[in-house]
Amino acid sequence: MSEVGGVLEELMRGSLDHCVKCTICETQCPVSNVTPLFPGPKYAGPQAERYRVLGEPSVDSSVDYCSGCGICSMSCPQGVKIAEINSQARNRLKQQKGIPLRDRIITRPTWLGRAGTPVAPVANFTLGFRPLRVLGEKTLGVHRDGAAPKFAGRRFSRWARGRTSPPTGRRVVYFHGCGTEYYEPWEGEKVVQILEHNGFEVVVPKQDCCGLPLQSSGLFDDARKVVTALARALVPYVRNEPDTIIVGNATSCTLMLKREAREILSLEDDPDLKLVSERTYDICELLLELHDRGELKTDFKPVDEHIAYHAPCQQQGHWIGKPALELFALIPGLEVSEMNARCCGIAGTYGLKAEKYDIAMAVGADLFAQVRESGANEVACDSETCRWQITHATGVGSVHPIDYLHRAYGL
Amino acid sequence: MHYDAVVIGAGTAGLVAGARLAEGGARVCVLAKGVGSTHLAPATIDVLGYTPARVSSPAAVFDEFAASRPDHPYALLGVDAVGEAVRWFLGSVAAGPLPEYRYVGDLERNILLPTAVGALRPSALVPSTMAAGDAATGERVCVVGTRSLRDFHASLCAANLRRAGIDARSVDVEIELDRADANTLGLARRFDDPAWRAGFAARLALKLRAHESVGLPAMLGLRDPHGAWSDVQRRLGRPVFEIPTLPPSVPGMRLFEILRATLRRAGGRLVVGAEVVSADRSGSRIVSVATAAAGHDARYGAPWFVLASGGFGSGAIELDSHWDTRDRVLGLPLRGLPEPGEPRFVGDYLAEQPMARVGVAVDSSLVAEGADNVVVAGAALPGAVPWREGSGEGIALASGSYAARLVLARSGAPAGAAA
Repeated sequence: MSEVGGVLEELMRGSLDHCVKCTICETQCPVSNVTPLFPGPKYAGPQAERYRVLGEPSVDSSVDYCSGCGICSMSCPQGVKIAEINSQARNRLKQQKGIPLRDRIITRPTWLGRAGTPVAPVANFTLGFRPLRVLGEKTLGVHRDGAAPKFAGRRFSRWARGRTSPPTGRRVVYFHGCGTEYYEPWEGEKVVQILEHNGFEVVVPKQDCCGLPLQSSGLFDDARKVVTALARALVPYVRNEPDTIIVGNATSCTLMLKREAREILSLEDDPDLKLVSERTYDICELLLELHDRGELKTDFKPVDEHIAYHAPCQQQGHWIGKPALELFALIPGLEVSEMNARCCGIAGTYGLKAEKYDIAMAVGADLFAQVRESGANEVACDSETCRWQITHATGVGSVHPIDYLHRAYGL
Repeated sequence: MHYDAVVIGAGTAGLVAGARLAEGGARVCVLAKGVGSTHLAPATIDVLGYTPARVSSPAAVFDEFAASRPDHPYALLGVDAVGEAVRWFLGSVAAGPLPEYRYVGDLERNILLPTAVGALRPSALVPSTMAAGDAATGERVCVVGTRSLRDFHASLCAANLRRAGIDARSVDVEIELDRADANTLGLARRFDDPAWRAGFAARLALKLRAHESVGLPAMLGLRDPHGAWSDVQRRLGRPVFEIPTLPPSVPGMRLFEILRATLRRAGGRLVVGAEVVSADRSGSRIVSVATAAAGHDARYGAPWFVLASGGFGSGAIELDSHWDTRDRVLGLPLRGLPEPGEPRFVGDYLAEQPMARVGVAVDSSLVAEGADNVVVAGAALPGAVPWREGSGEGIALASGSYAARLVLARSGAPAGAAA
């Protein structure tokens, strides 16, 4: 499976001929702007790709320092698939150099979650216990200060199974992702309550990881197995239901389902994944579309707070702008400072890795400074790993944007 | 999603149209395939530089120029539209996010600034950080380069300035960099750091002579360019000016940031990564456009659209290997194509190429032929050869402003909202 080619991969690679070396991607890259270890998307992507010969060893390992944020592809005015080319190159490099044990562990949120949840107090103590973190850094290469979440000690799916969504004839399938399942089940509870408040019957299928952490660490074969299993779990709910959609609050995971798995993992031809991809919505995207159609309840009570909003790279990768900002504008009293920085640095698991932690913190420095200068009480951000990173770096609490809708609805 | 107006393109024309629509009270969304022309251009506002003789006063020759080219955007817009747009622009820069960063100049006199290779280029408005480069000052000039920046050759720039009659020389300053592929953006970030630029100024001061001004590649800060420029100038005790560089253009990134902030402050949306892939029509009107978002297309409906997608340079207008030319965004009819049998290109690369005037066909109100609710702005307009005329930003500012005014007037938005 490692050299899966296919029409799409050829299209990705073929797009490099559209590169006119204009350097716009280099002006946008969060990583190359703070470290010489990554020479930038143009160099590592369209330029170096010409020297990567199938079956021959890669001559340059700098592409490993690409965080996979995808900003380069979004910014390219010529449509070059820079991030996708780099992801595939990173995969080939990993195969050549071998996958560190660390990358096999931290890319498995399901294993970690299942192991940590029943023993949450002990696990959380361990993750917060400095001598053990130092040991973890020395033996595994997980940075001692890397932003680690806390196990909630309960699983979202247990809560969901213990209740029934009132049937309304308007069904929506909820894809909650691993962050909600193991670390922030309350975010999922709020998503369900907001959807039900707006007249949806919320179905929560049994589900597992989307494979994004595996993919971003270059473990493509494992990522393919995981994401196709997820597609198989979700597809029965939408296959013969043309009006039913899948909605998620983990914005990087919904992006994985929508596009990344198909393009980066060369799964373009998987019919289940294709259908799931077309039907998947980010929660803020869905709510704003409902509002546009006049179908979103707007019985919002004032929320007198000042918050900062950071649109994470993976949310920007949906290529739909920043719907959270439009939703915030519906809430009376809510004052929002839009952050104007590119990336928090974490990029999923990138910033946890010992050799990349300092880079990730440097990438996020602009954002952290803006958060502090804004004077906001809290940060809203669509991605859980970004929230953990922002709070780790600034000490300012962070929540998903839907938290404010939930508060404004008084649910 | 539904808006009062959707703007396609986030170059200067699109951002100006979007910002002014939003300021006029319209709900507006600006769609862009990627980050665009601002990051590649010098960020001077060139209104009219050559007719083909070099122009010293755009205002003085404007009417004559427009009269001789009835299809030119300036003939349709008129000089007052340019003047109004320039005034709005100066105000927007002053109210923008970069403290004390300003543009200077007007339509009465072109400022002659050196390019990266030391040619003199006429611009109506320039960032104040470039103004001291005006050849009219008659100052002696020391062009400063650094070997780390491989795309800027101070000795070449100075040699060409001497050929133009300017007393110029060059020096190189060593800059310790930890990377081989330095560009102006990386250096601009360093100039934002007061301690770093103090050290740079101290090293440079040792190499300067009395009574010469200093020209540096345009990299004097991204966050606080006025602060960086005025600090370096004060430390060196003489006029300092930025010289536009090859991409990435730091002044262009500042310009994008100013226009983006103006759009956002007025409540306009900006969606980058939103390539328009199809349009829904109802008769002679565009009802909505679809962009290729992740997973499924996103649809944007509006009673008005502003097409500011650029020309051949952006790829919005395409000439294929069958010699077919098309507007790739909305598929609208083009104008300015050479007649069958006439040459499309001529041998001299830098001559006025017949294909260069191609653009989306418009009526005298800049409304597209065959789409009654599409106003065209910027490099998508036919009839101009901006790179030869030195007119690109003037057309972008004036047509972007005009498009916003037209849409606001015809859609009955709050009266007086458009200045």
